[in-house]
Amino acid sequence: MRRGARPDYPLVVVALLLSAFGIAMVYSAGQTDYPTAVANLWRHQLTWLGLGLAAAWIVSRASSRVLDFMTAPAYVGSCFVLLVLIFVGKGGLGASNNHSWLAIGGVKLGQPSEIAKLAVVLMLARVLSERKEAPDSLVELWPSALVVGVPLMLILLQPDLGTGIVFLGMYFSMLFWRGVSWQLLTLLASPAISLVLAFNTGMWGAWFLLICALVLWYKPEVVEGVVVVVANLAFGVAAPLLWDKLNPYQQGRLKVFLDSSADPLRASYHVIQSQVAIGSGGWLGKGFTEGSQKRLAFLPAQHTDFIWSVVGEELGFIGVTIALGLFFVLFLRCTRVAARATDSFSSLVAFGLVSIWITHLIENVGMTLNLMPVTGIPLPFFSYGGSFLLASWISVGILVRLSAEGRGPAHSLVG
Amino acid sequence: MSFHPNAVQQRGRTAGALLSLVFIFLVGSFFRAQVLQNAQFALHSDENRLREIPIPAPRGRILDRKGLVIAEDQVGYTVSLLAPRESQLVSALRRLSATVEMSQEQQDAVVRRYRRSPNRPAVIFADATFELVSVLEEHRVELPGLIIQASSKRWYPEGAAVASLVGYTGEISEQQLQSKGFLGYKAGQQVGKGGLELRYESRLRGREGVRFVEVDALGRVVREAGARPELTPMAAPPLPTNIDLDLQKYVYGLFGDSLVGAAVAIEPKSGEVLALHSAPTFDPNRFTGGIPVDYWRSLTTDKRKPLYNKAIQGTYPPGSTWKLATAVMGLELGIVKLDDRMPTPCTGGFQYGNRYFKCHDKRGHGAVSLAQAIEQSCDVYFYQLGLKIGLARLVAGGITLGSHARSGIDLPAEMRPQFPDSDYKAYFTRKYPGGWNQSASLNLSIGQGENSQTVVNMARFYTALATDGQAAQPRVVQGAAQRTRLFTLDSTQMRGIRNALAGVVSRGTAGSAKIQGVVLAGKTGTAQNSQDPNNDHAWFVGFAPADDPKIVVAVMLEFGGHGPRAAKIAARIIEHYLKVSATQFIQTEGP
Repeated sequence: MRRGARPDYPLVVVALLLSAFGIAMVYSAGQTDYPTAVANLWRHQLTWLGLGLAAAWIVSRASSRVLDFMTAPAYVGSCFVLLVLIFVGKGGLGASNNHSWLAIGGVKLGQPSEIAKLAVVLMLARVLSERKEAPDSLVELWPSALVVGVPLMLILLQPDLGTGIVFLGMYFSMLFWRGVSWQLLTLLASPAISLVLAFNTGMWGAWFLLICALVLWYKPEVVEGVVVVVANLAFGVAAPLLWDKLNPYQQGRLKVFLDSSADPLRASYHVIQSQVAIGSGGWLGKGFTEGSQKRLAFLPAQHTDFIWSVVGEELGFIGVTIALGLFFVLFLRCTRVAARATDSFSSLVAFGLVSIWITHLIENVGMTLNLMPVTGIPLPFFSYGGSFLLASWISVGILVRLSAEGRGPAHSLVG
Repeated sequence: MSFHPNAVQQRGRTAGALLSLVFIFLVGSFFRAQVLQNAQFALHSDENRLREIPIPAPRGRILDRKGLVIAEDQVGYTVSLLAPRESQLVSALRRLSATVEMSQEQQDAVVRRYRRSPNRPAVIFADATFELVSVLEEHRVELPGLIIQASSKRWYPEGAAVASLVGYTGEISEQQLQSKGFLGYKAGQQVGKGGLELRYESRLRGREGVRFVEVDALGRVVREAGARPELTPMAAPPLPTNIDLDLQKYVYGLFGDSLVGAAVAIEPKSGEVLALHSAPTFDPNRFTGGIPVDYWRSLTTDKRKPLYNKAIQGTYPPGSTWKLATAVMGLELGIVKLDDRMPTPCTGGFQYGNRYFKCHDKRGHGAVSLAQAIEQSCDVYFYQLGLKIGLARLVAGGITLGSHARSGIDLPAEMRPQFPDSDYKAYFTRKYPGGWNQSASLNLSIGQGENSQTVVNMARFYTALATDGQAAQPRVVQGAAQRTRLFTLDSTQMRGIRNALAGVVSRGTAGSAKIQGVVLAGKTGTAQNSQDPNNDHAWFVGFAPADDPKIVVAVMLEFGGHGPRAAKIAARIIEHYLKVSATQFIQTEGP
């Protein structure tokens, strides 16, 4: 932290409140009628929080120059670890046939992809801030696409669809923050959207016509226009083939998202039980630690992916609104840090870091009510998991530092 | 598109606006789920965690006419298993079979029960012993979802003696569950399977109670009580019957193990069934909680058919006991008077057309009156009476006297007697496509030919002879008497018939049935047995005291030879019954 500057207290306080709230929910998640190993996990989480606070403090001592210096080694190192993981990684608690865990001597150390997200944010910020003007053609986007693409491929090979989605959310957020026009963002995203819409020929056809119109209106270079159109066409055709490449559990989750009553006893069971838990919470909830869906084990992964459902069941709509409010304040505060940053690198780092949380929150909270497909990514500050909590507090540390380096008074909430 | 502070501020505002939209959308979604749809999800949550455990209601007791117990409930244990999924039930059963002896068939039966209603505990042992329950209690931890509860099991203190009446209980079958008569029943419940238990199922059933237990996602019972207020079961009121348990036991003893047949004892004025027995019979106590396979096999392979109620389901040619029907018809039509003789005296047989019809007594009875013909059971007299009445009136008269209809006893599965219907010509043409003539009336007049009656239906006919021509519907369970007039004769004729029947016992064919001090009236019969011509069925239907009948008894012995054997048994039944109520008898009879 810059000597003499006051830390961004609102940011730190909101992050601390969310962490305390989160650990309380991890504790509650362990309170089941038939005790399981989950009962003691809140202690671990508390330890990880201590580590995270220490890491945040250390990181906040480092200036953005040090960050800039660290960027390249961190990025290369992360990619290397992700590559190694494909061969030696261990399954996690949920879908156990992925390889996202790093284990040494049989002890699971953590999920390196959580740290890798930070490294990719730094690297993207660096690449995007190299030029004065924002990229305004697909060709100019390729260096940044490569920065995201390499770790994204490695993560999809684990395979970890959820983290992959976070990478995409982060990438598009940072392009937006860099000032890339919405037309270009749309063209860039269009093949992926084609992929999703390809399952309904009519919808896909409409989308394809829209993209063609956009290409004609925006008038990118001829080659780019052709590439976009061809890519949309190719993804539309390839989608059914790619579908067959997905694991059955991934197919199941996507199907359930499209129709939650498709298979009530298997794939959608988790989502239905989560909705029941949240919906039965009512205004005030069933009381802290008293949620029957959780106590009686109807709620799956109640301490990790579905911890939000415990909030909904036990603390009701009021509790949900308070938690969402805390997140909202945190996100706005971080956006303010990004807006007040003195250089484009710092600004992009700040916005990249908050975009990770935003993507996680939308996906995780959305899936508990079946507004999003179940991809199994954790909720920041809430879900049990040391790596992510550590990474989140490192982010807080960076953000506090960037806030202190920024323009204007750092300690007012309204920016 | 630059990174000018103003452009960044602008994007910051855009990002803030987008974020606000996202949060408004999320808060709105949670408001919809948690506040607007709360009731629906709360119900689902309760359905998740609460399981209905039925508490069986004790079945109503069945009592005899003096309040003695025929059937009651005893304390037993039911062992059942709650499972969220079939696979978990199967694995639990496998673990269970390691501790307790359980055949694959039994396990399959449990799985079938589970499929019928997966939310109810699947019954494993409907009637578990205390020893079994203690063993299971020790292994409770390994068997989550195991539910042991006190339940009642059916007990018949007199066992086989009352089996022909009460039937037995058992677990409801899959066919019954699907039938309309068992609407509202659930798999695993105990229901009446025969006799009174089946006929009065709705009165004996009571109302099942319910308690709720809290289970987790694996079906483990987390909390036994207090999850939700329970519904206490309601026992059914006792079912009072007309049965005289002492007489019933006596009849059962008379038949013992060696005799095959049936006996019915009825109070003639009210139709109250005092005793009803079919021999051999079964032990209904062994049916409770599942019939042992070997016992069931021994019952079904026994040639004497212990499960077949010979009193209400067996039909036998009534033989001479039916001659009273012919006599009543003749008297009512005015064709004959009690002291009228027939044109042809009995010389041991009767020539009709090109056929010679024998009398049972080859020596012949000579010229006898109707009263004497009844006493001596003279076939030749009745052949001629039958011809006078004619086939049309014989059939119509038989139908009027109830020979074509069930007695209406309140027991299930009563057989309809075999007798020509009102369109007798079509009936005979159907039966004898080669041709038939009036000689059919000769057979019919002596209770042979197209005539097969149940024991209970013959007893019913005799209640009319014992009273004033009105037959009482036999009733096992207490209720208002229902009488139907079968014929109208004046009191002189009625007394004449009863005197003739009394003569049968004192002088005629049933001489062995005399009881010291009591005037017994009755008629023997020998039914030709198509299965074994050398072993006829023996009948006796009668009542006592002859001048003021208190009891009508019908006895039928399969392969019992001639009527006198049946008469002897009937006499002992009557003797037992009337001696017990001797004071009342002496008062009416005088010194």
